[in-house]
Amino acid sequence: MILWQTLRFAAGGLVANKVRSALTMLGVLIGVASVILLLAVGNGSSVAVKESITSLGTNSLTVTSGSSFGGARSASSAKKLTVADAKALATEADPHAVRSVAPVVTAAGTALNGDISYSPGSIVGTYPAYFETANQKVEHGEYFTQDDVLASRKVAVLGATTAKQLFATADPVGRQIVVGGTPFTVVGVLRAKGGTGFTDPDDVLVAPLPTVQNAFTGFGSVNQIMVQAASADSTAQAQSEITRILLGTHAIADPTKADFRISSQTSLLSARESTTKTFTVLLGAVAAISLLVGGIGITNIMLVTVTERTREIGIRKALGAPRGVILGQFLTEATLLSVVGAGLGVLAGIAGSHFRIVGIEPVVIPESVLGAFGIAVAIGLFFGSYPANRAASLRPIDALRHE
Amino acid sequence: MARRALPARPGPGPVRPDRPDTPPPVIRIRRLTKSYGHGDATVHALRGPDDPATGGPLGVDLDIEQGDFVAVMGSSGSGKSTLMNILGCLDVPTGGRYLLDGIDVGHLDEGQLALVRNRKIGFVFQSFNLVPRTTALAQVELPLAYAGVRAAERRRRALAALSLVGLAERSGHRPNELSGGQQQRVAVARALVTAPAMLLADEPTGNLDSRSTEEVLGLIDGLNATGRTVVLITHEDEVARHAKRVLRLVDGMIVSDLRQAPVDGPPPALHRAGVPA
Repeated sequence: MILWQTLRFAAGGLVANKVRSALTMLGVLIGVASVILLLAVGNGSSVAVKESITSLGTNSLTVTSGSSFGGARSASSAKKLTVADAKALATEADPHAVRSVAPVVTAAGTALNGDISYSPGSIVGTYPAYFETANQKVEHGEYFTQDDVLASRKVAVLGATTAKQLFATADPVGRQIVVGGTPFTVVGVLRAKGGTGFTDPDDVLVAPLPTVQNAFTGFGSVNQIMVQAASADSTAQAQSEITRILLGTHAIADPTKADFRISSQTSLLSARESTTKTFTVLLGAVAAISLLVGGIGITNIMLVTVTERTREIGIRKALGAPRGVILGQFLTEATLLSVVGAGLGVLAGIAGSHFRIVGIEPVVIPESVLGAFGIAVAIGLFFGSYPANRAASLRPIDALRHE
Repeated sequence: MARRALPARPGPGPVRPDRPDTPPPVIRIRRLTKSYGHGDATVHALRGPDDPATGGPLGVDLDIEQGDFVAVMGSSGSGKSTLMNILGCLDVPTGGRYLLDGIDVGHLDEGQLALVRNRKIGFVFQSFNLVPRTTALAQVELPLAYAGVRAAERRRRALAALSLVGLAERSGHRPNELSGGQQQRVAVARALVTAPAMLLADEPTGNLDSRSTEEVLGLIDGLNATGRTVVLITHEDEVARHAKRVLRLVDGMIVSDLRQAPVDGPPPALHRAGVPA
């Protein structure tokens, strides 16, 4: 009875001042909507980073020679990476940590298709394991095989950009191209990955390692060795395996003097991910402040309401309204304001997250919806309790005399 | 809402003239004082006669019998509103004792005072004091709602009270849709719906035209005739003529106490009109 009655009184009080109630709710609405939306934007950008991690191959590790950036490669003391190193890694590493190993040489050259000439961003010579490690998938045609590598066949897999430049819309599979004077048969075209940085990952030509060494680089060192860890969780283990084996093959006792570097895509990108996390927290903090401001708006309006209705409170007290009923009525009004405002804010936030915001596809975090709603209602209760308490503790005679 | 019980008292039924023992007074105040301010700036709104020994205020003594109809008169500043606020438990006295229906009000906490106001006292104010934007029926239901009466019962009793003041067909109207006289009649219905021991009216006709004044006073006469104790504050002799007993207050002191009709009888106005007791 009392609950229903209180709700009716509260709703009546809010309806009596439609504009004021609507503006107060707007404050809460904006607060809740911005919390949901800004967290969704932050989350959206971190989801985008995660996607680019997966597109690069989450469990791939790249071994390059040199102890640090810069001159190490030219330093005579640094031993270059060789195919022998790659073989050592493939045979000695714990198979639970390392799934596959692919030595990579890169070269530059011009490819010719009849009279069309194009220079791909890089010409890669490697083993078939490269495709899986680098997360390169053939869309059309097929990969070259271990047989092609062993027989040093002149076959090539084109990146999407290279294929488009050389063949436009025509089907390149089975066609002949000439790269640096050597004729190659195109066996496959890679699926486009899309650019995530300055370099276009689709602007490549991939061929068997000995073929490229024969035609371009010679049979010396390799540029890098790509290692695929058994799983994303075992990259650390794979990393220590690689260090152990390569220290052995290079005959280095002190791990701090290693003449090679191991970098993982994950480690690079997790740094980026932590940046977006900071970004999300920052956005959330800004939004939380606007939620707080909305709460103070509730206090302000409730204080005005209490002052304005002091006489009515006096009447109710003279009629025998207990303190609890008056307290309940004003608390209910404040809570109604925040509940309705927060509810509308949730709708606005979810509706707003369907649009692209500064190039980021927002991804709503369900917890943020519940959290923002809950906090808004709690704020309403908290900030409403002061005016409500003031109303309830008015002395009836003072309240009645109030003009 | 926790409901607290008040000490029991005899029912408020009509006072029978043949009753051998007189019932306890509804109101008994002893040495009641009320002052505002401190030190030299102290103003004694209620002081009573000066104590011959110390020169300080002795306080007001007053008994009001059950079924009486008392008019409290006095100019503004005489303390009559202060007396009314203390009688209505809206304000607390500075000193002295106040027994309402045998209960010492001074010992009650805030919640119990709310209960006393709800059960024992019905208020009628000069400025009507209806709750804005609320229908007449809801106004009258309000004290019952605070008393925790069920919705159906509340509605029945509120409608009965409204028809008693002749406003049954206006139960859905809001205060701004009612005339002053009608508003005051709604206030009277609201005051009597809980069947309180005492009706406190603070210049109930102060804001009304003569016709509405007659209507409202007629209602109050009728209520008194059915045994309800009425304390009415006024400065108009016309209104005071309806009372059985007239008190005059000057500077916080009762200077005259005049009985116009016996307690156990109809109010003088009805008596003059020839209505049998």
